[in-house]
Amino acid sequence: MIRLQNIEKVYRTETVETLALNSISLDVPKGEFLSIMGPSGCGKSTLLNIMGLLDAPSKGGIQIDAQATGNLSDKQLAQFRNQKIGFIFQSYHLINDLKVLDNVELPLLYRSSTAKERKQLATEVLEKVGLSNRVKHFPTQLSGGQKQRVAIARAIVGRPEIILADEPTGNLDSAMGNEIMEILINLNRQEGTTIVMVTHDEQMARKTHRLVRLFDGSQVQ
Amino acid sequence: MFKNYFKIAIAVLRRRKFFTFISLFGISLTLTIVIVLASFIDHLVSAGYPDTQRDRELYVNSLRLMSSKQGYSNTGPASFYFLNTYVSKLKTPERMAIGSIYVATNTYVNNKKLVINLKYTNDEYWNVLSYYFLEGKAFNNTQLVNGEKVAVISEETRDNYFGKGVSAAGKYLETDNVQYRVIGVVKNVPVTRVFAYGDIYVPYTLSKSDLNNKQLTGMYTAILQAKDKDDLPKIREEYNQMISRMPKTDKEFDLIYSYADTYLESFTRMMPFSSPGNSGITIFYAIIAIFFLLFLLLPTLNLVNINISRIMERSSEIGVRKAFGASSKTLVYQFITENLILTFIGCLVGIVLSFLIIQVINNSDLISHADLKINLNVLFYSLLATLIFGLLSGVYPAWRMSRMQVVHALKAQ
Repeated sequence: MIRLQNIEKVYRTETVETLALNSISLDVPKGEFLSIMGPSGCGKSTLLNIMGLLDAPSKGGIQIDAQATGNLSDKQLAQFRNQKIGFIFQSYHLINDLKVLDNVELPLLYRSSTAKERKQLATEVLEKVGLSNRVKHFPTQLSGGQKQRVAIARAIVGRPEIILADEPTGNLDSAMGNEIMEILINLNRQEGTTIVMVTHDEQMARKTHRLVRLFDGSQVQ
Repeated sequence: MFKNYFKIAIAVLRRRKFFTFISLFGISLTLTIVIVLASFIDHLVSAGYPDTQRDRELYVNSLRLMSSKQGYSNTGPASFYFLNTYVSKLKTPERMAIGSIYVATNTYVNNKKLVINLKYTNDEYWNVLSYYFLEGKAFNNTQLVNGEKVAVISEETRDNYFGKGVSAAGKYLETDNVQYRVIGVVKNVPVTRVFAYGDIYVPYTLSKSDLNNKQLTGMYTAILQAKDKDDLPKIREEYNQMISRMPKTDKEFDLIYSYADTYLESFTRMMPFSSPGNSGITIFYAIIAIFFLLFLLLPTLNLVNINISRIMERSSEIGVRKAFGASSKTLVYQFITENLILTFIGCLVGIVLSFLIIQVINNSDLISHADLKINLNVLFYSLLATLIFGLLSGVYPAWRMSRMQVVHALKAQ
């Protein structure tokens, strides 16, 4: 589903050159739940951003669903992300000025769908994550666990084939973290969604199909 | 999509109340000035009481005599002789109103000096212009020819001279030691309608100057009224031919330039940027447009700065929207739309403020008898200015924001 070939990412300033990712090649088959671990600053999030086409590699190629993405325009990349990928962030990144329902509808705004369809789909996924009673709340009125569930609902509302989760349980206590993990596991099992998750938590990583370890930008496992 | 933009625009406005206040204050103040200026220009340029039929009228406001040898010129209103001898012979106009520029005269009421602006007119003047008579009527051709000392006065003159609301028809008014019998009282005319403004209107036959003096420049202007507006080009043509055929009797000035112009052209013709054959109206419009653009520039730059800081605060939202499928172009549209919503709210406040300021101007002596209003024309230009203002101040911040890398936008929170 995702194929990374010799990915390199270099950050350059006027005086310093930092190699964030060094020749990473990785295949993530369809339906796999993969976790990426490693110490802080080892390039986990950079790798995830590159997989999600949020950042471009300095070298190497990315294929998603057998399609090379290197030459896609800004508009095509946007469409690609919209159709294929859902994101879950550690700090949720909900839009505080919008109600829960509007936050969840967000990916559908960039598709040709009617307001009625958007509302129906968003309501359905909010039910799925157990937040049907919070649709009219604003994010600031929710707990951390609830916010992350809204973020999951937003990630899955467009039925993407891939979910990229950057430390989704990082800001939550263990009970909340387990709840979120359960949702992701069910999503993977029931819908067959391919999930790549960056985590610091060994216990959470063990629940996934495969673990990739990074150290100083290189894959060590 | 638009509903979502609207929701977020309103939410952002409510979230940062101080920023919103500063933005709206700047926008509404700017647009208030624009609307009041637009209303003033409309008042100056558009047809209005009593000159209500400008679409079928041409104006003779000035005449330029030039010396081709010496290069100097003499420009000013026409003489009665010129209008009567040459212009009145034109066949295409249905009517011609002749009026002098107003002359200040003095009178005394209860030992208090009263300045009365006097205008000499012909009898057709009252048929061309649509004065509203509060009392009596205008003088006729017989009274004009006989040189009867009759006068039509304005409402303000009546109130100042005879007392507020006191009937004046049939009474006598003395100014500059001449006594006139008042035969009509008309509603006041704004001082800015120079072809029609006066405090007292009397037959030109009462003028102390020699009407048969063959000098071409003098103190008179004329309005040529066509049967139909389609006749205006023919009148222009006939007028131009008449001017070209005029005998060159003046030894000093061998070139004569005079035109039958539209109302606005008759004024731009006197501006330094006009030239023989070019009324200068295009340059005038360009000057007005540049003035408004420059006027909008400073508040636009301010709003650009405010918008940039507002937008940068929302970098997380930008990152999220991009991550979930918004292209840079879509985000530019979103932020421009939001800015337009803000400027249109500012426009609404501006319209209310302008309405109040216009009431104050109309009820003050700032412009005598002004009747400024916010009509459809003013509203259209105000909305156009709002749109330009909204786009100018929204495009750059939106473009800059849309270039932001998703990863940086998400990290910036």
